[in-house]
Amino acid sequence: MSNIVTVFKRELASYFATPVAYVFIVIFLLLAGAFTFYIGNFYERGQADLLPFFNFHPWLYLFLVPAVGMRLWSEERKSGTIELLLTLPITMWQAVVGKFLAAWAFIGIALALTFPIWITVNYLGSPDNGVIFASYLGSFLMAGAFLAIGSCISACTRNQVVAFILTVVVCFLFLLAGFPLVLNFFSAWAPQGLVDAISGLSFLTHFAAIAKGVIDLRDLVYFGLTIAFWLYASAVVIDLKKAD
Amino acid sequence: MIETRQLSKRYGDLNAVDGITFKVEPGQVLGFLGPNGAGKSTTMKMIAGFLSPTSGSASVCGHDVVDDALAAKRVTGYLPEGAPSYGEMTPRQFLHFVAEARGLRGDKRAQRVEEVIERLHLHNVLEQSIETLSKGFKRRVGLAQAIVHDPAVLILDEPTDGLDPNQKFEVRNLINAMAKDKTIVVSTHILEEVQAVCTRAVIIARGKILADATPAELEARSRYHQAVSLTTTNLAGAKDVLSRVADVAAVEYDTITRRLTAIPKPGRQIFAPISELLKEQGIPVSELQLESGRMDEVFRTITHGDLGEDLAEEARA
Repeated sequence: MSNIVTVFKRELASYFATPVAYVFIVIFLLLAGAFTFYIGNFYERGQADLLPFFNFHPWLYLFLVPAVGMRLWSEERKSGTIELLLTLPITMWQAVVGKFLAAWAFIGIALALTFPIWITVNYLGSPDNGVIFASYLGSFLMAGAFLAIGSCISACTRNQVVAFILTVVVCFLFLLAGFPLVLNFFSAWAPQGLVDAISGLSFLTHFAAIAKGVIDLRDLVYFGLTIAFWLYASAVVIDLKKAD
Repeated sequence: MIETRQLSKRYGDLNAVDGITFKVEPGQVLGFLGPNGAGKSTTMKMIAGFLSPTSGSASVCGHDVVDDALAAKRVTGYLPEGAPSYGEMTPRQFLHFVAEARGLRGDKRAQRVEEVIERLHLHNVLEQSIETLSKGFKRRVGLAQAIVHDPAVLILDEPTDGLDPNQKFEVRNLINAMAKDKTIVVSTHILEEVQAVCTRAVIIARGKILADATPAELEARSRYHQAVSLTTTNLAGAKDVLSRVADVAAVEYDTITRRLTAIPKPGRQIFAPISELLKEQGIPVSELQLESGRMDEVFRTITHGDLGEDLAEEARA
């Protein structure tokens, strides 16, 4: 446990040691605001909720989370520090989890900094803060799932650009899995069980369920398992590709 | 103590390391020599626990590097090739991070970090990010990181690569100072380094050990061992004198350094007869030197050429 904390602290501090962290946070906040007010018509809707804000999170994460995840392992491999990290007396999973948690916490900080919109909506009306809390939780979990995919793909290559693009593609597939467009394509010929399975894999379906304010154990387990699976895959990939 | 038994690493069809067996005791500094791509780094990576062997085993202080990896890593200090470190951190942050990961806490950690800062003269760069440091300082930060937990075993992959002569001298002194109670393995392709720091040299090429001996023994294998070199103005006279000494096997003239070298028949001494005869003939000699052997020549002969095979036999015997 203390090894995870050691790796976590170093990793999180490294985000703030370079301008990357600040650029990311500013862009995240600007885009989140722009989507909410201009595309989501926050004011015009005249409703005291944060639906227009959270609705765009999956699309925001689609590009921003891979940007955080891409450097997780490919940078370690490129600079050779992976050799240093993995010859310290820490286990592979401690390294993988420590680095992942740091990146996740970093996204959590960016997400937490959207709090003015929560203040705004509370000032303008009386929203259901339970739903807003659940939406934040769902959004954070979804970011974690995106990030775990990013961690695994970043372990596959020492090139950050390749890691970024591949992560966006894989995340896009996981998002789209819940869209009617995709589901209709399958429902025309595939058995209902398969269609349900595909829609069950979608980040959107589970995020939407939590964002409604219903924190269902199944949705939590889904994100938990997704993160665990991709982190496990990260460790396997790192172990396999250490030599090159 | 480091022990490897038939340690091997295979990448597809390539045998990067092929059945390497050796043992290093505390107090020894083992120099790992070999051409690029010989398998030096791969061997060190396996001992340090970064790569796992395809077959065979390695242990550090009795801990197997695969089965008991954490215990082995705890007693090992490792400087990877190129001395990688986190560029955005300052040396102080970096050393604290490594010390913490190495299980050092509180005062003990602060004290150890101060000690290595002192030892590697890092005071002036402590608050600067590592990526802005010169190559020499980066290397020293890497060394500091490797010794911060005072390990019993030290594995240094090309510790002086890219350093200037003064820095090389300092690093060698540091290794010599630590050599007394530690087991140290140093890889290098700088031959003078072997003489400067190593008590034992292992030459490997194509993944196999070709020679395992002290630096002096290696030098003795040179055809220049016990050879006599001299510089003179009367070249023809000197050549004549050298060829008249009974035990001289050959005479060579180096057109660049303008030195004559007389190579003895195996096991013979030719210094005394040559110097007497030169005096007798009144040939002016500005410099006369007894050679102990040429490491670069030994290295070349061992790593290519047929002689390598014979020496491998000898090393095994």
